[in-house]
Amino acid sequence: MMSAFLATIAAAVAPWMPHLVVVPVVLPLVAAALLLVIGEGRRGWLVAGSLTATATTLAVAIALVAWVDAKGATPAIAVYLPANWDVPFGIVLVADRLSALMLAVTAGVAVCALVFAVARWQRAGVYFHPLFQLQVMGINGAFLTADLFNLFVFVEVMLTASYALLLHGSGRSRVQASLHYIAINLVASALFLLGVAMIYGISGTLGMADVAQKLPAIPAHDRGLLYAGAALLGIALLTKAAVWPLNFWLVPAYSVAAAPVAAIFVLLTKVGFYAILRLWTLFLAPHGDSAARFGADALVLGGLATIAIAAVVMIVSRNVRRLAALAAMMSTGTLVAVLGFGSAELLGGALYYLLGSTLAVATLFLLADLVERARERGTDATADEDIAEPPPFSFDGRGVTGHVNLDDEEAALIGRPIPIALAFLGLTFIVCVLLIAGVPPLAGFLAKFTMLAALVGRDGDAVSLLRWAVVVVMIASSLVALLVLVRTGARYFWAPQGRAAPRLAVIECLPIGGLVAAVVWITVAAGPMLRYTTVAAEHVLDASEYVQAVARTRAVPSPTHDSRPGGGAVR
Amino acid sequence: MEILLSIAIGVLGACGVWLVLRPRTFQVLMGLSLLSYAVNLFLFSMGSLSIGHEPIVAPGRTADLAHYTDPMVQALVLTAIVIGFATTALFLVVLLALRGLSDSDHVDGEADPS
Repeated sequence: MMSAFLATIAAAVAPWMPHLVVVPVVLPLVAAALLLVIGEGRRGWLVAGSLTATATTLAVAIALVAWVDAKGATPAIAVYLPANWDVPFGIVLVADRLSALMLAVTAGVAVCALVFAVARWQRAGVYFHPLFQLQVMGINGAFLTADLFNLFVFVEVMLTASYALLLHGSGRSRVQASLHYIAINLVASALFLLGVAMIYGISGTLGMADVAQKLPAIPAHDRGLLYAGAALLGIALLTKAAVWPLNFWLVPAYSVAAAPVAAIFVLLTKVGFYAILRLWTLFLAPHGDSAARFGADALVLGGLATIAIAAVVMIVSRNVRRLAALAAMMSTGTLVAVLGFGSAELLGGALYYLLGSTLAVATLFLLADLVERARERGTDATADEDIAEPPPFSFDGRGVTGHVNLDDEEAALIGRPIPIALAFLGLTFIVCVLLIAGVPPLAGFLAKFTMLAALVGRDGDAVSLLRWAVVVVMIASSLVALLVLVRTGARYFWAPQGRAAPRLAVIECLPIGGLVAAVVWITVAAGPMLRYTTVAAEHVLDASEYVQAVARTRAVPSPTHDSRPGGGAVR
Repeated sequence: MEILLSIAIGVLGACGVWLVLRPRTFQVLMGLSLLSYAVNLFLFSMGSLSIGHEPIVAPGRTADLAHYTDPMVQALVLTAIVIGFATTALFLVVLLALRGLSDSDHVDGEADPS
């Protein structure tokens, strides 16, 4: 039924291809401009405009997924020339399976974060809606572009919007986190530019597909320069993806950001991962006697260290937002570590894991906001719980004084209804825990199981030490995440502190419910999803189709004359 | 000319890195600016270094790098300057906001130890 539905969409949008590819970039940009014109005074119009634009972006992203998926196993790549210049000269936007998937995840999280923001957060500062649209535009552009410098520009658009969104709501902690965040990202951007410059210096072109075509012709004595440029790009992108040791900015920044902002920020680390995956597979074909691409071990080890550090820091964290930030870090660490092996089966599982974990971490950020607000209503909130609370795993009886029902008066507790708001929070929290820790029956487990199965391989395969290390770290980190999150959940939802039931607005529960429903759907549709992600992974790892699809695209001839500077000269 | 340019990039880059690592917000800002100058010069040097050549094709001269300079890097540098200028301005605003909120120009907002 699902595939028939997707096929119907694909057939419906086919006449508009490839023009549909540019919509996820242009629509948020136009929306942002219009929202600026509407002004802060007319809140109703702002909300309506912002929601319409984001929902349309989601619809377009789903249409793109349907279109690329409709071709079955054959590569479906939509190439769009925004300025209608011929390929090596103009900017190119490309939507393949991976890009379309990332667009859909982005749009889904964006819609939920926006609905959540409408309840309260949009009033915490000015220009939330235009900035949010620009943020979505930057992320979408980074996923679509096939031009190295254009990637830099879109990443900068995304980051500049994120600087302003991080400041949304103001306050000392946000301003201070923002200062560090901006400084680190400016340095990373400088490295990004250095890398782009070196690649341009070697290959004389900036189109990703064009660079990939020209690189085999590079003389051996220049390969060092290529590796240096690629390494500089890698450092910049690993900083954005928050891989150890370039990740110390993440937890302070993400844990103070307003909840809907933090939810959309989860996508920023995924942009880093996506860009590494795309450039790594395009630029660094296996060379010489080594079967692995340049830097494969560095990616695996960096990812492993990221998972390990995130798990260790989780143990000493109690604040839900900080835990969510660490879960985001753990998720990217897993993705980067698995990426390093360059196997399609493994990467397919990783992309499926990306779906589930992104939605879960975004939900957790939204949930954390509600949970903390409920806590603040009941008790005197402490500014920094990690300091004010006793160390973890110490049962010093905190909160167990007074009327506590341990054994004797058990009857009094039976039949006492749990407030529905608390039940909602608790249940969605459990869903997040199951996903992040990778416990059955949800998508987190299926994804981790797929990755572990691919890591260990079939009977008789020799499994390298590095693969075993990844297996061990992944399982151990799941265990730690499970322990820590269950502990936190028990403390927030079960602790008998006699506080008032949280008061939730329906509009705040709606996006959380939507994200949970999406996760459940991903779990139910695991078969088709895994097929999709595995095919996507195969086509990313073997970049030749991507390169050829871009290379054979021709500019549309002008209806009146053929004297454009680029179009006429190139045949 | 190559030597001169590489010395300039090196000095700017070194000063930038040193300043970025300083504890005062204004020093960090200056460091970031110097770093971006170094990067822009580097970007420039990746095209063709030449004196007295222009990037626009003139009639009667063959269109190759012996007669012209590479226009691509100039466009890139221009974009990089604009983006760098905007983000530096934003950093300046955040710097002033933190200074107003914490009464200190330390990057961590701490009081002066001296």
